[in-house]
Amino acid sequence: MAAGQSPLAQFEIKTLVPMYPAGIDVSFTNSSTFMVLTVITVSAFLLLGMRKSQLVPGRWQSMVELSYVFIANLVRDTVGPDGRPYFPFIFTIFMFVLFGNMWGMIPYSFTFTSHIVVTFAMALVIFFGVTLIAIMRHKLHFFSFFMPPGVPMYMAPLLIPIEIISYLSRPISLSVRLFANMLAGHTLLKVFAGFVISLGIVAGWLPLAFIVALTGLEIVIAFLQAFVFAILTCLYLNDALHLH
Amino acid sequence: MPQLEQFSTFPSQIFWLAISFTALFVIMWRVAVPKISDTLEARQNRIDDNLERAAEIKREAEAAIIVYEQSLAEARTEASTIISNATAAMAETAASREAELNDQLNAQIAKSEVTIAAAISAAEDSIRTIATAVSQEATKRLIGESPSDNDAVTAVDSVIKAKS
Repeated sequence: MAAGQSPLAQFEIKTLVPMYPAGIDVSFTNSSTFMVLTVITVSAFLLLGMRKSQLVPGRWQSMVELSYVFIANLVRDTVGPDGRPYFPFIFTIFMFVLFGNMWGMIPYSFTFTSHIVVTFAMALVIFFGVTLIAIMRHKLHFFSFFMPPGVPMYMAPLLIPIEIISYLSRPISLSVRLFANMLAGHTLLKVFAGFVISLGIVAGWLPLAFIVALTGLEIVIAFLQAFVFAILTCLYLNDALHLH
Repeated sequence: MPQLEQFSTFPSQIFWLAISFTALFVIMWRVAVPKISDTLEARQNRIDDNLERAAEIKREAEAAIIVYEQSLAEARTEASTIISNATAAMAETAASREAELNDQLNAQIAKSEVTIAAAISAAEDSIRTIATAVSQEATKRLIGESPSDNDAVTAVDSVIKAKS
């Protein structure tokens, strides 16, 4: 395969506007373009949908309210009433990842959530934020989180390292899950798209049909991964607020 | 894999992620979420208000029904009182009329009885007179001598007494 036709070529970062303030590369790239597009479309979806803010909502306003209520219920069910102040953040996470994933479903677009550095940065912010909330709320008592209640003392040397490792691996699992799902789905689509070309007009219909089905599946995954990202953030927040 | 090769693009990706995510968060936090929650709250308040008003109207309707039933019961009692009063008055009238009629009839009967008695005694008198005359005449023919009026009357009376 030629360099430009590798299934992984779609993930390449391409600099559009080079920027090097103080020697650091913060160039505006294709990834940045889709982040900005995501911000614009999410804001437009929410604000234009609510511009009339009718008592009896129309279709668009209903969709906006549906997304709001969906995440509000998620926060209420997993975190409880203590989670209310964090709702705007969870809602932002969900909409940002969801629209980022959905933009990626358009052919020739770029999926910024398919980059581990992006997902890991988000996961780290969540991880440190949640840990900070837990320490501020529970002070030193927070460290009892690593020793589940009701466990005999002699188990502590084994259990505490396991708990600490599982806690520290949270940002990794959170970021890798989203990144790997996006990477695998888009790579698979590209591989089958290559088959369509190589099998030609005779047998190429089969992988084409498969791509159509897979695109549907990928849209479901795009939504599901955004939801999973949001629900895990809620669960971590719940642990931070209520420990066990 | 570009994700693990283009390390030089990491600062740019993180930088733009931070900017765009922060921008979206501020828009959400300051504008979108308050607007949506206000709308939902207003709707909930409106629904609650309407439900409350519906309950109030229902209470009013129930009170009106109670008042209506009360007045209906009152009207029924009043009607039955009027009916029983009227029945009693009519019965009284009928009784007094009947009594009056009875009196009239009794008076007439009494008067008729007097008349009948007078007629009977008149008839008895004329029968006695005739019987006396006949007996005097018959005695005269038989024995050629006419008994005195007194004797004849006494004889007739005794016969009448014996017959009756």
